[in-house]
Amino acid sequence: MGKGGRQRVCKMRSALLLAVACSVSYFISAALALPAPAIKDLAFGESDEKIHAIGTLVGSGEPAALLFLQSLLDGEVQTSGEAIVLVVKGDTAVDAYTGKVVTPLPEALDDVVVNNRMRLELTTAIAALKLSSPDRAVRLAAARDLQNNSGDAALPAIDAALAKETDPEVKGLLALTKASIDLRGGDKDKKLAAIRALGLSDTGATKTLLVLVLERKGGVYVEPDAQVRAEAQKSLAAVDKRLFIGDIAARIFSGISLGTILLLAALGLAITYGLMGVINMAHGELIMIGAYATYVVQSLFRQHAPAAFDFYPLVAVPVAFAISAGVGVVLERTVIRHLYGRPLETLLATWGLSLILIQGVRTIFGAQNVQVENPSWMSGGFEIMTNVVLPWSRVVIIAFAASVLLAVWLMLTRTRLGLYVRAVTQNRSMASALGVRTPKIDMMAFGLGSGIAGLAGCALSQIGNVGPDLGQSYIVDSFMVVVLGGVGQLAGTVYAALGLGVMNKFLEAWQGAVLAKIMILVFIIVFIQKRPQGLFALKGRAA
Amino acid sequence: MSMHVFPGLPENSPIPDSQISSKDTGISDGHLLRPGVDISHGGILYLDSISVSFDGFKALNDLSLVVDAGELRCVIGPNGAGKTTMMDVITGKTRPDSGTAYFGQTIDLTKLTEPEIAGQGIGRKFQKPTVFEQHSVFENLELARKADKRVWPTLRATLDSTARDRILTILETIKLAPEAGRLAGLLSHGQKQWLEIGMLLMQEPQVLLLDEPVAGMTDDETMRSAELFMTLAGEYTLVVVEHDMDFVARIADRVTVLHEGHVLAEGSMANVQQNEQVIEVFLGR
Amino acid sequence: MTVAFMPLAAPIDDFALARLWSGRMWGFLGIAALVIFVLVPVCNLMVPDGNAFHISEYTVTLAGKIMCYAIVALAMDLIWGYTGILSLGHGLFFALGGYAMGMYLMRSIGLDGVYKSPLPDFMVFLDWKSYPWYWKFTQNFWYCAMLVVLVPGLLALVFGFFAFRSRIKGVYFSIITQALTYAFMLLFFRNDTGFGGNNGFTDFKRILGYPITASETRMALFMLTGAVLIGFLLLGRYIVMSKLGRVLTAIRDAETRVMFSGYNPVYFKLFIWTLSAVICGIAGALYVPQVGIINPSEMSPANSIEIAIWTAVGGRGTLIGPVIGAATVNLGKSWFTQAFPEYWLYLLGLLFILVTLYLPRGIAGLWGKKG
Repeated sequence: MGKGGRQRVCKMRSALLLAVACSVSYFISAALALPAPAIKDLAFGESDEKIHAIGTLVGSGEPAALLFLQSLLDGEVQTSGEAIVLVVKGDTAVDAYTGKVVTPLPEALDDVVVNNRMRLELTTAIAALKLSSPDRAVRLAAARDLQNNSGDAALPAIDAALAKETDPEVKGLLALTKASIDLRGGDKDKKLAAIRALGLSDTGATKTLLVLVLERKGGVYVEPDAQVRAEAQKSLAAVDKRLFIGDIAARIFSGISLGTILLLAALGLAITYGLMGVINMAHGELIMIGAYATYVVQSLFRQHAPAAFDFYPLVAVPVAFAISAGVGVVLERTVIRHLYGRPLETLLATWGLSLILIQGVRTIFGAQNVQVENPSWMSGGFEIMTNVVLPWSRVVIIAFAASVLLAVWLMLTRTRLGLYVRAVTQNRSMASALGVRTPKIDMMAFGLGSGIAGLAGCALSQIGNVGPDLGQSYIVDSFMVVVLGGVGQLAGTVYAALGLGVMNKFLEAWQGAVLAKIMILVFIIVFIQKRPQGLFALKGRAA
Repeated sequence: MSMHVFPGLPENSPIPDSQISSKDTGISDGHLLRPGVDISHGGILYLDSISVSFDGFKALNDLSLVVDAGELRCVIGPNGAGKTTMMDVITGKTRPDSGTAYFGQTIDLTKLTEPEIAGQGIGRKFQKPTVFEQHSVFENLELARKADKRVWPTLRATLDSTARDRILTILETIKLAPEAGRLAGLLSHGQKQWLEIGMLLMQEPQVLLLDEPVAGMTDDETMRSAELFMTLAGEYTLVVVEHDMDFVARIADRVTVLHEGHVLAEGSMANVQQNEQVIEVFLGR
Repeated sequence: MTVAFMPLAAPIDDFALARLWSGRMWGFLGIAALVIFVLVPVCNLMVPDGNAFHISEYTVTLAGKIMCYAIVALAMDLIWGYTGILSLGHGLFFALGGYAMGMYLMRSIGLDGVYKSPLPDFMVFLDWKSYPWYWKFTQNFWYCAMLVVLVPGLLALVFGFFAFRSRIKGVYFSIITQALTYAFMLLFFRNDTGFGGNNGFTDFKRILGYPITASETRMALFMLTGAVLIGFLLLGRYIVMSKLGRVLTAIRDAETRVMFSGYNPVYFKLFIWTLSAVICGIAGALYVPQVGIINPSEMSPANSIEIAIWTAVGGRGTLIGPVIGAATVNLGKSWFTQAFPEYWLYLLGLLFILVTLYLPRGIAGLWGKKG
């Protein structure tokens, strides 16, 4: 293919662009650059001829080769009679040799059959071609494809790409793929080199490759060479170590994620129970109400302002806070305030309230779960290690929990309300004597705790189902956090929530979710043996 | 003061002589002795270098104190001096960070639980009177009575006439006989104080720790309390924490002044009142 | 609740039935016994169907079920009403007793299951080839009867020892017991645990060789439940009238005073807690053959907390109160859930609130005021 050919292609392209549909036109423009014998072999040849032809096309390095092979793989290449090869897309057909649009479609068209072997070769070939793309993203995607299913046919392309490749990530992937191909067929030296290369990788797939080398069948090693096996052993250990670190990192992250959710759920409780001594069994239902408030806001946005849908959390957060806080204040005024100082009675009465709230939500929204859709910026995630992906929704919730925590801390330490709340907590009658209106403070503190429950519900709606029973599943856990963390201390709540979250995830990976929960309960009971007041209780002079 | 003012106390001396351990027989006032409590050196409570801190606040700071058997000791001191914490340590409610607390020569109080210490013979009255409000006065005394207090014997327990007489006697002593059938929760504050003291007497302890026993009592009641305590001294060892200085001056053999968790002064009331440091602490500069 | 004590009355020197209750109370008990052991059996088995005096199978089963609940409420009253410890995990002990009995009933199905296997259907379904070790000996009724007592009893003993020893009390204790039953519920929901997972045990065929759905078997179970209920009422009365009963109430009102009086509250609490759990277990064992099913939802926290409300409605700190409460709430529930199913939770919720706010002494308290 000389310079002249390329110029002609350019002319053809501009001319044809005006005439026919885009996708087809691009193929046509490039078609003339392909070697005709290869196309003929691919369309009419025997299997071996076809595979050879694929190699030729890959070797040509032409962009059009990629398009043709892709069409072949997609079943768009058809033949008519003994000579005509067409690429058919919908109603348009293009002659593969000439690039001319063929109208009307010939009557008798035969598919070019692509068997499994061909399919594998084609996939590899396409990936190899993509490897020479100037676009890094395309190359990266191709390298990933190759890693997952690579045939020997891709080896020359990979070698070629390795020589040219500058991007470290793509290069690393390619080296790995080469290694895995070498491992299958290569001689001892190649195998050893491949194994060393694999040792530098940290994906699960390479580990399986190395394990295969060390496999035994009926007591005999599949791999006869001891040196190769030893090298594989070494590489496997290295891979394992890195995978282990990645695994730990992933678990710590999901543990922290669970921990922040527990923290959000327990933070309001830490205020109502920890500071005010009110045991509120309807706390979970206030979370549930926050989640439903988010659902309603989300639905309204979808209906009335679909363009602004991504911004609905900005409205949902304050609305969830306000509604849960409002419900909380009503509960406090009507029921809970009559029960101050009678914790067991409060427990029962608030349980009754929770039943009514659950049934109320069922009556209004139905017993089925409702779907809360994430705003688009919260979907997806980012990869911090090869096998560790952090979903955005979780990351956002961690940040959200941190800011709620900060806000609560500031409110308790820097505002007048916080000052009064702490005063009432420490000495109710003295605070009252100094002119603090304790009933009002009780109401506001309870409202604050309830509002935070609403925020927790808002966050939970982003990562799970929203249903009338949502709160029930969190109440036991949040109480565990408060019990473990100790009463009256935000720091205790934070440490307990994160600690329980991480511990839960690690135990879960080890023994499954149910046994993990049970082990945590046992742990809490044992822990309370040692520190009955929780992690961070103030030791005080017993009255 | 005649025996008849407080019927039953000396003559119902709870422990027959046969129970007195042989190694204690050298002590003249042998009726004080209970099996297990070795007061051969005269002291019954030994606190040595006790320190207790709550979150950095030193409630007790290197407190050392010896109370002799049969003594009536008053402990005074400003608020926060550590008086109640001291009682908490003696009764096992609070474990000291350092130091030792012995009951007699042999019983390490820091190793025992509250009920065990109570069983050994240390009774305690709280600052805020705590009685069983949903039980009658009679039942309160019955529950406090020295007996086998394990679960099964308690289930099978019956009230024999000796025990009954003892309760009736104490009811007379604490002037609550007419109220015997009333719920303790319905008593006046002063009456509750007396009931609690009565419950302590029912326990037949060696040592009575009394935290502000006359707070909330009328003058008349306070008078009677003073008389009662002075009758009990000798028979029992009393440690009284009190703010009412007149009351202290009236009853105390010896006074211990606590300040900021340690002993500031000790001696007779007159001595203590002369002490420069004490005057400084109590009256300010 | 305290009976005004007459200081000059004769000393309580021996245990005599006459002292447990007033003559009027004994009269009530006699009437109850007459109804349970004579009237109901005659009207159910002898009076033909269609006759106005006939008592249907449904009524007998419902009454038997409610008596089981009454036993549970009685157990709850001993620990909560008298000792002041609110357990939110009593449903667990009830269910464990039920499961222990259920194991025997499952074994008694023999080869009559859907798969005609000597293993229960759920094990066949899981492709298990033999019974796990903890099913050993469960074909023996008396062994299972022993489990009914031992399993809830030992669990309560161990759990209670650690909890009471570290002085977990009040709301903390309630929350921990709730977590306990929650954890067990999760455990029993698992198929691998070997107790039938979600579905639990059901489709029982016979008990001690008698067909379990036969009228006579049902009547026998009903009468047994009645006898057990009356027995536990007597035992409960004996306990609360003893000095130990007074210590328990004292623990409820002023635990520190109890300690400083020389009683170790740990062991007293442990005694009544374990006894209460065992009573619950026995109630569960009586419940399962009558109702014909036991599954992990019995262990849900909501179930346990409902037990507390039966006791509260009837009147805490009286023995007859919980029986009245369990009967009232459950009769109301079975009527309401049929007539207005969607409003039952509202009513139950209101019951929790109104009883705690306005009726702290329950129905028995109303009675007491009148008398």
